[in-house]
Amino acid sequence: MGLELYLDLLSQPCRAVYIFAKKNGIPFELHTVDLIKGQHLSDAFAQVNPLKKVPVLKDGDFILRESVAILLYLTHKYKVPDYWYPQDLQARARVDEYLAWQHTTLRRSCLRALWHKVMFPVFLGEPVSPQTLAATLAELDVNLQLLEDEFLQNKAFLAGPHISLADLVAITELMHPVGAGCQVFEGRPKLAAWRNRVEAAVGEDLFREAHEIILKAKDCPPADPTTKQKLMPRILAII
Amino acid sequence: MGLELYLDLLSQPCRAVYIFAKKNGIPFELHTVDLIKGALPVCHPRVQTDGTKSCETGFLALQGGAQAMEGSAFSSHHLPCWTLPGQHLSDAFAQVNPLKKVPVLKDGDFILRESVAILLYLTHKYKVPDYWYPQDLQARARVDEYLAWQHTTLRRSCLRALWHKVMFPVFLGEPVSPQTLAATLAELDVNLQLLEDEFLQNKAFLAGPHISLADLVAITELMHPVGAGCQVFEGRPKLAAWRNRVEAAVGEDLFREAHEIILKAKDCPPADPTTKQKLMPRILAII
Repeated sequence: MGLELYLDLLSQPCRAVYIFAKKNGIPFELHTVDLIKGQHLSDAFAQVNPLKKVPVLKDGDFILRESVAILLYLTHKYKVPDYWYPQDLQARARVDEYLAWQHTTLRRSCLRALWHKVMFPVFLGEPVSPQTLAATLAELDVNLQLLEDEFLQNKAFLAGPHISLADLVAITELMHPVGAGCQVFEGRPKLAAWRNRVEAAVGEDLFREAHEIILKAKDCPPADPTTKQKLMPRILAII
Repeated sequence: MGLELYLDLLSQPCRAVYIFAKKNGIPFELHTVDLIKGALPVCHPRVQTDGTKSCETGFLALQGGAQAMEGSAFSSHHLPCWTLPGQHLSDAFAQVNPLKKVPVLKDGDFILRESVAILLYLTHKYKVPDYWYPQDLQARARVDEYLAWQHTTLRRSCLRALWHKVMFPVFLGEPVSPQTLAATLAELDVNLQLLEDEFLQNKAFLAGPHISLADLVAITELMHPVGAGCQVFEGRPKLAAWRNRVEAAVGEDLFREAHEIILKAKDCPPADPTTKQKLMPRILAII
C-alpha cells in the first residue's frame, strides 16, 4: 500500500496538502473524509486519527497529522524542487516563520470568518450576532494587513522570489473567507497581485479543482438535526 | 555584531530558545525585554562626543525625540531610548517590533521571529547534535507534528492557565470568574492528556528515544502552569517521568536558571495604573 491521504477539500490545511502533492506528481490514494457529514467523528476514522481531524497522511504503518508536518514530510521524501522549502538558511527561515505564525493568526481568522459569516447561519442554522461577525472580520483585516506588511512586503512571494510552502498555506487560508463571500483582495492590490502569481505558479486548473468545494460553501445545505447535534460541541471547541 | 537574541524568560517560547542556545554553546548577545514593565528592549544609553545621547544598539524612538521611554509600555514603533529623531536605523528596527513579541533573533541584518523558526534556524546554522531535529524522515516528522500541533492547543492552555490563575488577578488586579478559570484548567487537562496519549505514548521522549526540539518546547510550555501553581504532574506519573528525563538531558542548572522567573510569577508585584492601561488591550487580544 502506497501513500494515503485523508482529506476534505472543505478544509484549508487539506487543500494545501492536496495541491502540493498533485503539483509535485506525488502518487497517493485519496480517502475523502466528509466533514459536513461528520465522517471525521466515525469510529472507522478514529482508527486512523484519534484526534478526529484532517488532513492525515498514512505511509505504510506510519501515520502523520498536522498539515505543516505533512508538507515537510512530503518535501523531504519526494525531493521536490528546492524553492518549496529552500536549502538556503535565511530563505528557509522565512518559510518557517510564516508557517509558525499563521496557526494562531491568519488561519484562525480565516476559519472564524467562514464559520461566523456562512457555516453557523447557513449550515447549522445558528445565528451569529452582528458584533461577533464584525469582531471576526476586523481581526481578519488586521491579519491580512500583517500578512502584507510583515511577510509579503515588496517580494514576489512570501519568502522571496519564488513560491514556497508558505504561499501555499497562506493562499489556501485566504480562500476560506473568499468562499464565505468576503472581499479579501478588494482594496489590497499588492495581495491581489500576489494571489495571481501564486495561482499561476500552482496552475489554474489545479487551483480551481482544489477550491471548488470551498467556493460553494454558501450553497451548503442545512445540516439535519442529528448531524448538527453531533458536530456542534466539536465546532464550538474549535471555532 | 554576532547573534543577538531578544528574550524575556517569563515567556515560554523565549525559555525554549534560551535553553537551546545555551545547551548547544551557541554564542549570543542577550537583550532582555521586560514584558512586565511593558518596556521594549532595555538599551544602554551612551553619550556621544557631541553631547547627544544614543543607544549602543541604535534603537530609536520614532516620535518625540529624546524622551525617557524606560518603564513605559508598548507602543507600536517605539523603543525606550535616548536618541535623536529621524535617524535611518529607526525604520530598520521598526521591522522587528511591529509584531511586538518576543523572542526575536537578529543575525547581522537578518531578523527572525517565531520561536519554532528561530529554533530551526539555530539548528541548521550551528550544526547541533542530530537528535534535536533528526535527519531520519519519520523521526523528524514526529518533531514537526508536535511543533505544529502545540500552537493552538497546549501552548494556548498553558498561557491561559498562567494568566487566568495568577497574572490577571495578581499582576493586573483583574478578577477572573471561577467559571473562566475552571474552563481554562479543564482545557489544560484535555491537552495534557493528549500530550501523553498522542505524543509521548510509551516513548522516552516525544519524538523517540532522545530529546528533541519537541520536548524543549513542550517542557517550557508546561512550566507556565507550574509557575502558576497548577499541579501539572500530579496523578500523571508518565508525564512526570518524562519531565525528569528532559530536565536531566537539558541539565539541572540550565533548567533551573531558565525557569527562575516563571517560578516566581506568583510574587509578581501589581502593575502600576499606566502600565496596566497600556498592556491590557494587547493581553486581552492574545489571552
